[in-house]
Amino acid sequence: MKAAVSSQPGDTPGDLLADPLAGADPRPARPRPSIWKRLAANVSVVLGIILILLIALMGVAAPVITKDDPTAINPAGRNKGPGEEISYRNDDGKRVKKMVLMGTDTLGRDIFSRVVYGARVSLIVGILVAVTSVAIGLFIGLVSGYYRWLDSIVMRFMDGLMAIPSILLAIALVSLSGASLLAVIVAIAIPEIPRVVRLVRSIVLSIREEPYVEAAISVGTPTPKILYRHVLPNTIAPLIVQATYICGSAILLEAILSFLGVGIPPETPTWGNIMAEGRGMFQLLPHNILIPGAFLTLTVLAVNMLGDGLRDTLDPRMSKKL
Amino acid sequence: MWVYVARRIAAVIPVLLVVALIVFMMLRLTPGDPAAVIGGDSATTADIAQIRENLGLDKPMFSQFFIWIGNMLTGNFGESFFYKRPVATLIIDRIEPTLALAISTITLATLLAVPLGTLAAYRQGSWIDRGVMAFSVVSFSVPVFVTGYCLIWLLSVKLGWFPVQGYQNIAAGFGGFIHRLVLPTLALGTIYIALIARMTRTSVLEVLNEDYVRTARAKGLPEMKVVLGHALRNAAVPIVTVIGVGIALLIGGVVVTESVFNIPGLGRLTVDAVLARDYPTVQAVIMLFSVAYVLVNLVIDLLYTVLDPRIRY
Repeated sequence: MKAAVSSQPGDTPGDLLADPLAGADPRPARPRPSIWKRLAANVSVVLGIILILLIALMGVAAPVITKDDPTAINPAGRNKGPGEEISYRNDDGKRVKKMVLMGTDTLGRDIFSRVVYGARVSLIVGILVAVTSVAIGLFIGLVSGYYRWLDSIVMRFMDGLMAIPSILLAIALVSLSGASLLAVIVAIAIPEIPRVVRLVRSIVLSIREEPYVEAAISVGTPTPKILYRHVLPNTIAPLIVQATYICGSAILLEAILSFLGVGIPPETPTWGNIMAEGRGMFQLLPHNILIPGAFLTLTVLAVNMLGDGLRDTLDPRMSKKL
Repeated sequence: MWVYVARRIAAVIPVLLVVALIVFMMLRLTPGDPAAVIGGDSATTADIAQIRENLGLDKPMFSQFFIWIGNMLTGNFGESFFYKRPVATLIIDRIEPTLALAISTITLATLLAVPLGTLAAYRQGSWIDRGVMAFSVVSFSVPVFVTGYCLIWLLSVKLGWFPVQGYQNIAAGFGGFIHRLVLPTLALGTIYIALIARMTRTSVLEVLNEDYVRTARAKGLPEMKVVLGHALRNAAVPIVTVIGVGIALLIGGVVVTESVFNIPGLGRLTVDAVLARDYPTVQAVIMLFSVAYVLVNLVIDLLYTVLDPRIRY
């Protein structure tokens, strides 16, 4: 029997797509190679990591890759297509000509530079949302899974939180606190917390029935120590997988918020902001949306591929569950 | 059975109450006078006093919550200071495009994804199987608005097959209504197709290994009957479940798609209301979408018994 919406997995693609056949290994007898070897042998893990590292490198080395200020407005060089030449006066008053690789937007800002710097915001948001929502969800899940009296109250609240579609919840939260990087991170992290809590709680509930936990209780081990020594280690592999998927959907959600105009302030170079800026001129300059869109897609794809690969190698139980 | 139905319906009430509590608390936790926040920048002192009166702000928080819920149950969602109209009529005006988009997307996705997923499972490892899998991985990473703009660029700007943006009411002509609905449906449908196709593939694959499928083949049933009558029929429960779970994706997608295609629906209303800080509208729309999500999943849960007579409660 199913309880309310509660028994539904979240709307992260990972939970919905877990392949029930993926984890079944027909050859049980052979000793398994070490975890690092198995990860290195997984194509989607390796490909995902390489792509993520390339994008991270682009963000970190942004000032080296492009000398153009991503926020500098240039009224003379507005709305240029990719590869067009613009001329402007530099600080010394000299007239310089240069080619804009990806064109400029309606304020004359260099799209290439904005795209390169945009990688920073995407990755920061993705990583911070994943870390905070997993940390908070882990704590709530451990405590509520272990203390029965707390459990029903916490889980009813989580059910309610999960019934609100995450984009709507995030939009509403940002609108209440005003647009800033921190507000966006908090607004995206909150809808993810219940999914982590559910995952952790289900692990706690199954682990606390194990004989070694019973043994620990019977010799008088204090509860915090049981949680830390016996329960916590069992949550690590599934949480790494979950964190990766959260990272991917957070990057996507940040871009959506920025695109809708309710995210990070518009002058900040983010892929969503470049696309929002490009909406008005889309028919003439479609690359203003298509280029950052391609980078965004590639990044999310890389993160999701890493997640799929990690799920298959680290956590066969999770892939069998759905 | 009826006891289960009643219990299942009753279980929805606490969930909705918690949703209402969260939406209610969101506004109360922001700094400042809620009446002033709801009234907006242009509200006069008299307006604010009126709002305070309506919401019972001088009463304790507990009663305020139930006054608010009572108002909603009687169809009073408050007044939008931005549109200068009751929120309820605002929602009624905007509901048609959203419903049209949601229904066309679910229909298209189901009609396309279930056969695709079944075929992929039936021909496991073939090019069609690999194609479906690759499509589903990629679709989950392409944001709706990027798909939308790619479609506009290719099919509207370059080929001129479809209007770039806009919506036409169904009353103004069915042809034009469908014509304008094609691109948004395709954009929004992509991720949904991926989701359903993948779930169909997985569950059909599982059923195809069952003994009764082998028996059906052994007794000489035509393959068509084996796959449709035995395999797909028994794989129906997880497929329908994922369609319901995906409603959350669909609602999120509607908000974005309506902005991309300039469709005057509820999703667009949400974004406009948030940008205008029109809180009564934001609260009402969030409640409405959440109720829709919970109710769709309730219906799906109740459908299980019809789909799979083995399930007894």
